[in-house]
This record gives sequence, C-alpha cells and structure tokens, in this order.
Amino acid sequence: MRQQGSPVRRLALPVKGWVQRFAFVLLVGAALSLLVFGKAGSPFIERLRLTITDAAAPVLDMLSRPVASASAVVEEVRQLVNLRSEMVLLRDENERLRRWQAVARKLEHENTAFRDLLNFVADPLPGFITARVIGDASGAFVRSVLITAGARDGVRKGQAVVNSNGLVGRVVETGARSARVLLLTDLNARIPVVVEATRLAAILAGDNSDRPRLIFLPKNARVSVGDRIVTSGRGGMLPAGLPIGVVTSLDGDSVRVQPFANWHTLEYVRVLDYVLSSALPSTHLADRAGPQR
Amino acid sequence: MNVILLRRLERGIRSLTPFVTTLALVLLGTLPLPLPGFATVMPWLTLMAVYYWSIYRPDLLPLVATFLLGLVQDSLSGTPLGLNVSVLLVVQGVVVSQRRFFHGKTFLVEWWGFMLVAPGAALAAWVLVSLYFGVLVAPQPLGIQLLLSIALYPCLAWLFARAQHHLLRST
Repeated sequence: MRQQGSPVRRLALPVKGWVQRFAFVLLVGAALSLLVFGKAGSPFIERLRLTITDAAAPVLDMLSRPVASASAVVEEVRQLVNLRSEMVLLRDENERLRRWQAVARKLEHENTAFRDLLNFVADPLPGFITARVIGDASGAFVRSVLITAGARDGVRKGQAVVNSNGLVGRVVETGARSARVLLLTDLNARIPVVVEATRLAAILAGDNSDRPRLIFLPKNARVSVGDRIVTSGRGGMLPAGLPIGVVTSLDGDSVRVQPFANWHTLEYVRVLDYVLSSALPSTHLADRAGPQR
Repeated sequence: MNVILLRRLERGIRSLTPFVTTLALVLLGTLPLPLPGFATVMPWLTLMAVYYWSIYRPDLLPLVATFLLGLVQDSLSGTPLGLNVSVLLVVQGVVVSQRRFFHGKTFLVEWWGFMLVAPGAALAAWVLVSLYFGVLVAPQPLGIQLLLSIALYPCLAWLFARAQHHLLRST
C-alpha cells in the first residue's frame, strides 16, 4: 500500500479512478462499435482485421512448423503400427482403381469425341495455388482456417479451396500474404451443390456442426444415404463437380452430409484459381450474407 | 548513468510480462493442432490470462492492452471483430473492481472466482455472437470449452505465478 500523506496524492487518487472509469466506458464503447460497424460490413473493419492477420502470419507460420512436424512423427508411428492392414486395403483399392482408370480413359476419349462433334465450350481448367494452413480458428463460434497465401500470390475472395479429398471451403478474406478460408461447416457457409447421381440441385448450408445440411431441395426429392454430393458450379464462383461428401442421415426434412475433407489433418490446401469472366461481382458473396432457411 | 538506464530498460521489458504472456496464448490458441475436434473446444486461454493478471498485476495490463489483445484474438480467430475485445474488457473491469477480495486468500478462492466469471463471459459472448449472426449458435462446444477452461485454470495460473515470481518480483 502506498502512503497517502501528501495533499497532491489525496487529490490525484480519485481523479485517477475517475479517468480509469472513463477509459473503461470509452473502450467498451469502442469495442461494441467495432461489432456494429463490422455487422454493417464496413471496409475499415475488414482492413483492420486483415492488417492484424497479415502481421501475425509470419509468426504463426513459424510457430506452426514444429507443431506440424510433431504431428507428422505421430502419424508416422501410427502408420508403422497399421502397416500390414493398410497394405492389404491399399492393394484392394489399387485393384479397383486400375479398373476405374480403364473406364475413365475410355470415357475421356468418348467425351472428347462428343465435345468435338457438338462444339462444346468446356469449363476452363482451374490453375491452383498451394498454401499451408497456419491457423485453425475453429472456435466455438466460427469454422475457418488461415493460410499462407494471399493477394500477392493471386488468391482472391470467393475462390474454392480443396485438399486431396475434396472441397474444404472458400476464401472470404485476403490479406497481402495470408487469407482466411471459411470452411464448409461454418454457420455462414452456403455452397450450391447437386446430388451427383440424380442431378438434384440444393444448397449445402453449414451450421457449425461437423455435418452440414442440404437445404432448398425440391419437394419430394429422393435422396438416400450414401449419395455423393458435388459442387454444381452455379453462380460461376466454384468449378462444377468438386467432390464434397456423402449423405449420411435423413431425418425428416434435414439431410446431413459428411464432408470428405478431414478437418483435423488439414495441413496443405489448394486454392483453385477459377473465375468465369461473366461471374458475379466480387462484392456479392453469398457466404457473408448470413444464414437463411 | 548507463547502468541506471539499462536497469530501467530491463524493468520496462519485465513489466511487459502480462501482455506478452497473454499475446503468446492468443497465438498458441490459433495454431492448428493435430487433435481431432480440439480446435472447436480449445480452452479460452486469453480469458484465463486476463483474469489472472487482473487480480495480480492490473497495473501492468492496462485496459488498452486488453483492447489490443482482444483485437488480435478476434482478427486471428475470425470471430466478429469486437467480440473478444468487449468480453475481455468487461471481465477485466469486473475483476479489477473486486480484486481486493482475492488478496490474501487461498488459490481455491481464486479458482472459485474464475468459475463464476468464466460462465458469465461465455454467456455474454454467446449472446453477442447470436445477435451478430441473427441465429442461435449451438451452445454445446462453448459449454465444453468452458469446462475445459475451468479445469485447466490451475495449470495456467501456476505458470503465470512462476512468471510473476521470476520476472516481476522487483517491478
């Protein structure tokens, strides 16, 4: 405890307390205004967020490397343990894939022939940018990750992000050297999809759970467990036919999809550089429009 | 002269301990960990840090510092900008006003205080996020996060106490 002898001290103490209370109210007010401006979609808020993220990106990049190597070691050990059974499975799968390859080759030839006959304008093949995941921001409220590539690498808002299993999400914010990817499972994620076999169109809507829902399915649509869901390419922002997941449960109106992407092993992802010339203006993104039913 | 200057500099750097430890926890909390589903229920590390330092060294963690820490956390974790800022500020305000109560008490009292503060903070965050997105966000992950935070608080508080003992004894 300080001594409160001198008259200056006696006067200064209440003033100090008053100033602190004032600062508290001011700062809480500022914090709440940030929320309000953010909700209103102020570009200042977005720039502020991106500046901070960009500044932290190199640090996160550095820190996440040992974590990644440690998990690689764990994975290695796990694989060694399962080597035998894994090999049997892989042999089976290889066999099956070889048959598929033959079919695919044949179909590819057929397709090219048909396209030539019809003068079909094919979708442009997307290029891609590979980036490392440096931040997993999947807290209790949002599902997103930070990646090491940004605007200077050619990453743009709205681009699809995939890994070897399928679609992961799409880019919602780009800084100079980092970008934020909104995962399929986020509350605000909306992806135009089709049921692969029946070509029924729907929207895949995340709700922060591991398995997003299919919404806007046509009435009496017949969907069954095990149906594959792929992107439809509608809206021109995502390439058509990217694998997303399979239907795992039908519960009344709610159809749940288990994504192929494995969230906890996301280490490297690819950002697909695919934008149709006639695509929507970049400001119009369904992702940020908020959830709707 | 130089010695005095150096000592002052050293003391200045030491007095950054609360800010730096909290910032480190913000960064740690966003690293991608290879544990399935863990990111969703990652304990609220910043809340623990702000709670601890608000009790023991509020002079070294001014409100502006908390504001900045919340800003960094919101930016990195993709939560609405201002969410962690406002919740952490209010937590700090409440704890600092009650800190005399904790002085000279055992650790159990401090932990018990955290058990009261953390659910309040989580509820405030949940209400703000639900208002922001205009939809009731699923509360289960938040609940698990809360329980983990309470369970882990003693470990973190021990680490903070070590840091305080070694780095801030003289400041």
